[in-house]
Amino acid sequence: MISAIQNPRIQFLFQCRHQFNFPPKSRHFHRSTILLNSASSSSQVLTEKTLTSTSPPTSEILTIRKSLLSRERKAVEIAEEYLNRLRLTEPTIKSFLHVSENVMKEAEELDLKIERNEELGVLAGVLIGVKDNICTVDMPSTGGSRILQGYRPAYDATAVKKLKQSGAILVGKTNMDEFGMGSTTEGSGFQVTANPWDVSRVPGGSSGGSAAAVSARQCVAALGSDTGGSVRQPASFCGVVGMKPTYGRVSRFGLMAYASSLDVIGCFGSSVADTAILLEAISGHDIFDATSSKREVPSFASQFISTELLESKPLKGLRVGIIGETLGDGVNKPVVSTIKDAALHLEELGCTVSEVSLPSFSLGLPAYYILASSESSSNLSRYDGVRYGNQAAAEELNSLYSDSRCNGFGPEVKMRILMGTYALSAGYYDAYYKRAQQVRTLVQKSFKDALRENDILISPAAPSAAYKMGEKKNDPLAMYAGDIMTVNVNLAGLPALVLPCGFVEGGPAGLPIGLQMIGGQFDEGKLLRVGHIFEQTLQGCRFIPPLVA
Amino acid sequence: MASLCFRGLRTHSSLLCPSSLFSTRNGVFFCTMQTTKTEKTNTRTDNTKRTQIKASTSTNTKLVKENEQRLNDYEAVIGIETHVQLSTVTKAFCSCPYNYGSQPNTTVCPICMGLPGALPIFNSKVIECAVKLGLALNCKLAMTSKFDRKQYFYPDLPKGYQISQFDVPIASGGYVDLDLPLEFGGGHRKFGITRVHMEEDAGKLMHSETGMYSQVDLNRAGVPLLEIVSEPDMRTGIEAAEYAAEIQRLVRYLGVGNGNMQEGSLRCDVNVSVRPIGQAEFGTKVEIKNMNSFSAMHRAIDFEISRQVLLHNQGLADQIVQETRLWEEGAQKTATMRKKEGLADYRYFPEPDLPEVVLTEDYVEGIRASLPELPEMKRRRFENMGLIMQDVLFLANDTNVCKFFESAVDKGADVKMAANWIMGDIAAYLKNEKLCITEIKLTPQELAELISFIKGGIISGKIGKDILFEIITKGGTVKAVIEEKDLVQITDPSEIEKMILKVIEENPQQVEKYRNGKTKLQGFFAGQVMKASKGKANPVLLNKILLEKLHAKS
Repeated sequence: MISAIQNPRIQFLFQCRHQFNFPPKSRHFHRSTILLNSASSSSQVLTEKTLTSTSPPTSEILTIRKSLLSRERKAVEIAEEYLNRLRLTEPTIKSFLHVSENVMKEAEELDLKIERNEELGVLAGVLIGVKDNICTVDMPSTGGSRILQGYRPAYDATAVKKLKQSGAILVGKTNMDEFGMGSTTEGSGFQVTANPWDVSRVPGGSSGGSAAAVSARQCVAALGSDTGGSVRQPASFCGVVGMKPTYGRVSRFGLMAYASSLDVIGCFGSSVADTAILLEAISGHDIFDATSSKREVPSFASQFISTELLESKPLKGLRVGIIGETLGDGVNKPVVSTIKDAALHLEELGCTVSEVSLPSFSLGLPAYYILASSESSSNLSRYDGVRYGNQAAAEELNSLYSDSRCNGFGPEVKMRILMGTYALSAGYYDAYYKRAQQVRTLVQKSFKDALRENDILISPAAPSAAYKMGEKKNDPLAMYAGDIMTVNVNLAGLPALVLPCGFVEGGPAGLPIGLQMIGGQFDEGKLLRVGHIFEQTLQGCRFIPPLVA
Repeated sequence: MASLCFRGLRTHSSLLCPSSLFSTRNGVFFCTMQTTKTEKTNTRTDNTKRTQIKASTSTNTKLVKENEQRLNDYEAVIGIETHVQLSTVTKAFCSCPYNYGSQPNTTVCPICMGLPGALPIFNSKVIECAVKLGLALNCKLAMTSKFDRKQYFYPDLPKGYQISQFDVPIASGGYVDLDLPLEFGGGHRKFGITRVHMEEDAGKLMHSETGMYSQVDLNRAGVPLLEIVSEPDMRTGIEAAEYAAEIQRLVRYLGVGNGNMQEGSLRCDVNVSVRPIGQAEFGTKVEIKNMNSFSAMHRAIDFEISRQVLLHNQGLADQIVQETRLWEEGAQKTATMRKKEGLADYRYFPEPDLPEVVLTEDYVEGIRASLPELPEMKRRRFENMGLIMQDVLFLANDTNVCKFFESAVDKGADVKMAANWIMGDIAAYLKNEKLCITEIKLTPQELAELISFIKGGIISGKIGKDILFEIITKGGTVKAVIEEKDLVQITDPSEIEKMILKVIEENPQQVEKYRNGKTKLQGFFAGQVMKASKGKANPVLLNKILLEKLHAKS
């Protein structure tokens, strides 16, 4: 029963309706009656604890900038604060594969720059975690794989270069499922990361390290990568904001390829504003990535309306489509009701919410797994132990290859390489790869149609909240099914923002649930604007895990 | 660049060292490596094996002779895959330069080394070259084409796949015209071109002397190639060799590559099969590799045809199997490199890192308009200028020679005389000194001048030759040399008469003998006069006046 769940969101509904004097009923949303019913029935279980009021998240990046410019705080103090928290929480969370030794040195240099009144980059003094599959010159980059243990890249990824140019301080390399293949970060070749909301649970994946690090405030923001939901699902599991930009918005140069036609570098932050600032810093055309877009990058965060200036219906006229297929069978009921509450909140902000159907939705998952596996079987061929990475001692060439790869890759990676090799083999290509490409075209078309009728689409970011470690480790199909909410967006190459919108029961303080907002191509600006208003008006939820609260 | 350290592949000696790659058993070459791609860069020519060539060619000739009669009952079918290395400033997908013979791994970067996270960026010069060659080969261009990945494992292939074009090549359905040399019977031929596509080259393996380890040189990895696939239209070794030579000429005329076979800038893989004359189906085809000159191609193919016909005649046609054979320059024969066990599955799929290649009409027309005169057009034009085919083929063979010749003709040189001078004395000099026509000091202008001086009777042909060699080595103008050395022909009859009278006067005995009937002595007198004139006397005048004088008093 839905009513059995302690949902802080429900309490919020009452609060905000009271505060903003919203109309009692949302007529546009055809399931609103059910929603309201569930809300009223569950109102009986509200406790005193959830009634404590909370303020909306603020931008850490802007706060840091302000305090540095006003000389209120020194960069070293800020860095120390984060590093201390990192040292304290890391033994439990294990979100980093490598922590930089240069953090304090870079902070000191920044303080000197401030003393000399030099101009500061937008990310000056901001501690940022970088997913381990993004190449960094001064830190090892393994992609979470044993085959690249100790590998130090010869160059910085374009996104990393841009971070450095913006003055960011890189904290370290975050843990991940090997080469991005997994949804729990249990597939890392090195360690298992815990979810800061409940350390017995997974942080999601594959960018689980980045999500957990931001959630546990080990760093201000982080880079991740998203091939089938690897930014959005862990953002949802860890209660942070995660942005998957349009394919081509951010250069992939320096991102270890998993599935080249789906991979994008994405951002994590503890607020929409931070995510927006980070995204802006890394976006833009790059001559080193032929698939990166030449489209101009708008200033995302500067378009945000400050909370004080918000009208009672700041999103008036915005057409929101809730994807019907994402609320049906196989989706955790409390998740569904949390998302419906979020929809209600959007209505209250002035949006018109209606249900849309994406008929090809269920086809996306198998198509995704065929395409991603096929491309990965090719992309991972370079890890042969010949030029870099771990090389097995072998008597002849074939064993050199097979032993190096056999010892270096984990089971999930091997499985996907085998699947992809099979799908691309002569005689099977048409039945698998080609058909999957046809499905991809269908998915793109159905999103296009849905986005003609709607400005944004919403859905859960994952069918459930964070689950227990080991729960799906030996059931790959169950794990793959968890990607149903996100893979279609990658197939279509669209941008999507995930932001925490509520809680379900579980763990010591409830488990966060992420709302996914999907926009048209290069519509990141709109998603972030809507997300920002949603976040700033969402009350009664504080997405800081008990570990650091 | 950090950490450019290449470790040796610790491998078994029989696998990666070409010298120990094959072990001879019962005269057949036996290969132990079947599943992976085998060494393709083993292009060493062994000068030390010259003696062996003689010994084995005699046996080959015997084989050919025995077979000769029967050869007429069979027809060979030959198709060629040619790889043309493009001489673009940078590689196909990164900004590294490529220079043949550089120190190993000095022209590499994260992209051509296939480092994690590196992506290809396409060099648009490669498209330009492909369009040029496609047009020159009379192909239809695909206005939209794409790149694909061809996947296989080999240590010289850093990414584990080669970026190539699979089902949509940039150009297809063309043909090439050529003229066979007269010494091989002459005649005009037209061979079909199936397709031209763009791809990248692989690196090279360097095997240690001991065979205990191998090293990878990635300088060549990522260098752009055009692969040209011919229709199976050729029937003889010479046709195939001339086809390849014509491709080389086109590449050089267009300036897209240097076409150097020794350096591997032009590589031909030849498919040969034979069938009884009249049979419609093709026989089993055999691929031959490792020929690094056109004459080697010619010999290798003729050897292979004889080998296959012999097997047919011995009733052993089933021993002709689909395989790759290497041409062994030393032994002058082909030998099995690897047998093909079914078709290799390269698991091609569209390259997701690169956008489609889209050509516009304007772009193509711009390139078409900029094409130089191509060898075939040039040959037809030279033919119309009145040159015989032998001259035409010689002059049109090399762009520099061609330019020199045409430039001399433009400056007014007589066509036939210019051709003779270039093909005769100049070519001989170039051959002796191992020089290219652009490296000598003689200019086409001066050759034209020289020819007109000779034609105008100002200097003799013999003096012309002396002047030519003077200018070839030291430079300068014909006029200056003539003036400086006072080489103008003496055409004044009175001056010649004076010299003749002097010689007659100085040789009374010989005059006597002549007048007594020993008329052979005319040569002696002519020689003496020529000597006195320092070779400058006009020989026609000289002989005319000399006869008059010798006969005058008799």
